[in-house]
Amino acid sequence: MIFLKLILTNLSRHRIRSLISVAGIAFSVAAMLTVVTILQGAIGMFSGILSSDSEMIVFERNVSDLFFSNVPAAAVEEIAVWPMVAHADPLLFGIVSSADHPIITCFGVTAADARIRKATWVEGDVGAFAQHADDVVLGERAAAFLSAKLGDHLPIGHGVFHVIGILKTANGFEDGGVFMPLSSAQSFFHKEGSSSVITIKLRNKDDAAAFKSMVKRKYASLIGLEDAEFTRSYSQFKILKATAWAVGGCGLVLGGLGVANTMIMSVFTRIREIAILRVNGFSKVQIAAMIFGESGVVSLVGAALGLLTGTCLLFALKLVPALHGYVDVAIHPVVLAIVILLALLTGIAGALYPAAYAMRIRAVEALRFE
Amino acid sequence: MTTSATPANDQVLSSQGRCVLSATDVWKSYDDGAIEVLKGASFEVVAAQTVALCGPSGCGKSTLLHLFGGLDSPDRGQVSVNGIEVNRHRNLLRLLREEVGFVFQLHNLIPDLTLAENCLIPTVAAGTDRRSAHARLLQLTERTGLTHRLGHRIQKLSGGERQRTALCRALMNRPKILLADEPTGSLDEQSSGLVFELLLDLVATEGVTLVMATHDRGLANRCDRLLEMHDGRIHETVHA
Repeated sequence: MIFLKLILTNLSRHRIRSLISVAGIAFSVAAMLTVVTILQGAIGMFSGILSSDSEMIVFERNVSDLFFSNVPAAAVEEIAVWPMVAHADPLLFGIVSSADHPIITCFGVTAADARIRKATWVEGDVGAFAQHADDVVLGERAAAFLSAKLGDHLPIGHGVFHVIGILKTANGFEDGGVFMPLSSAQSFFHKEGSSSVITIKLRNKDDAAAFKSMVKRKYASLIGLEDAEFTRSYSQFKILKATAWAVGGCGLVLGGLGVANTMIMSVFTRIREIAILRVNGFSKVQIAAMIFGESGVVSLVGAALGLLTGTCLLFALKLVPALHGYVDVAIHPVVLAIVILLALLTGIAGALYPAAYAMRIRAVEALRFE
Repeated sequence: MTTSATPANDQVLSSQGRCVLSATDVWKSYDDGAIEVLKGASFEVVAAQTVALCGPSGCGKSTLLHLFGGLDSPDRGQVSVNGIEVNRHRNLLRLLREEVGFVFQLHNLIPDLTLAENCLIPTVAAGTDRRSAHARLLQLTERTGLTHRLGHRIQKLSGGERQRTALCRALMNRPKILLADEPTGSLDEQSSGLVFELLLDLVATEGVTLVMATHDRGLANRCDRLLEMHDGRIHETVHA
């Protein structure tokens, strides 16, 4: 109890300084949590597009971005009739722009695609899709920001398209996207006869390994992966994740510097007190434990406040209409654990030098000269 | 009347009881030898003795106490506690936790803690179980008249009470040796007398060996032995 009181007493002596350190950690944790969760959500949404009513994906081997992947139509036709395949849906990604919106994601799909069939059609009829080359279906959010209604003729990129439906989906990318018939998209993006990926539904999930090896054997330029495997290995996702953690990590480093500053001041202003503890039998390890205890309390309180702030921020972002479908407030337990662990490690790192300094204090000098 | 506290005299002392503290030809200087404080100081103290170290400021009284407590090491010579050379003591922590207690001129208490918490610090360091520590705390505070002040913070205590608290803290782990560096130096005459009486009473009943640095001749004369420090050496003064 006294050991704990020594820790808390010292923090309460310099309340403002301690609070600033706690705030530093809290903001770092909140920033890390927010950035990582938003990017995880974005990755989850993109994966969701690919895994809609499918469990495997086929794309061009060794491409860094699926937008640059080319899967020949012949491969789609051949794979679709493999005995283990329930259905194979080609999907073409493209990016277009309109007057006020520099980036609008386009999906070239067939009429049989689950993304079209299983979505909630707010306006229009699913049966009308792909009847004409200039037909497009808009996601509800895309319709809102493009100010488009059913039946409108909408200029997108270098073409004008007829809006034949508006659909609602929980996926932010799809909700903010434009769905075109595959052939129209191929023509629009100058990718005649190819798609970006094929999403595959297997008759039996146990055939995944056999399917992958068959793709490898038959198509040297293509690769087949299970959805989870793709999410883990896709280089764009890796870059996004690394960026998120790096941004959050920088925040924590700054928070750690705050803790280090507080702890250094804390040690410097009570050299005599540490000397008294040493004279009364405190070991160097006990002195270090006290310093680490202080930084641990700062880190834990900061982490708790940061998690609270980050969660509130995510909920607030989710309420912003423009971000509808883009922000996933579900905080992954692994992310939560890593953030708390990093906050603690930051606190410990911040206390390393102060603790080492405190351990080196010579009682006899501190008592003689102070 | 003074005689040199030479090893020959020390041998006489040793024959009277078990030697618990000894300094043999101890040299100590500061600032790379610019300030020589101890120049071959030698003496021995037997168990349960009370010894006063007198001498002018800067003569090395505090330095000698710090050497006995393992807080500093001599440049040359040997300082031993219970027959073990201090600067070769395998576990200096054990020395500070179990064998030696310190009382300083300034009480050196932690102001934000209560009297009880300050006293319990050595037991926390030593890992003493809470029940025994509290029993010891009550025993000591009862004897020093501080029981009613247990929950009070140090700022609320008088100078005498603070020094009595420091005395209790020094004795919490039942050390065999108490090193007191002008323990009444910061107190008025009345408080000084009271604290010194308590000090003598406690060391007598607990069988503790006391080595006390002091400027107060009146207090020094009440110790079993009075050692004078001059020119970095120690001279025994025989009580009149």
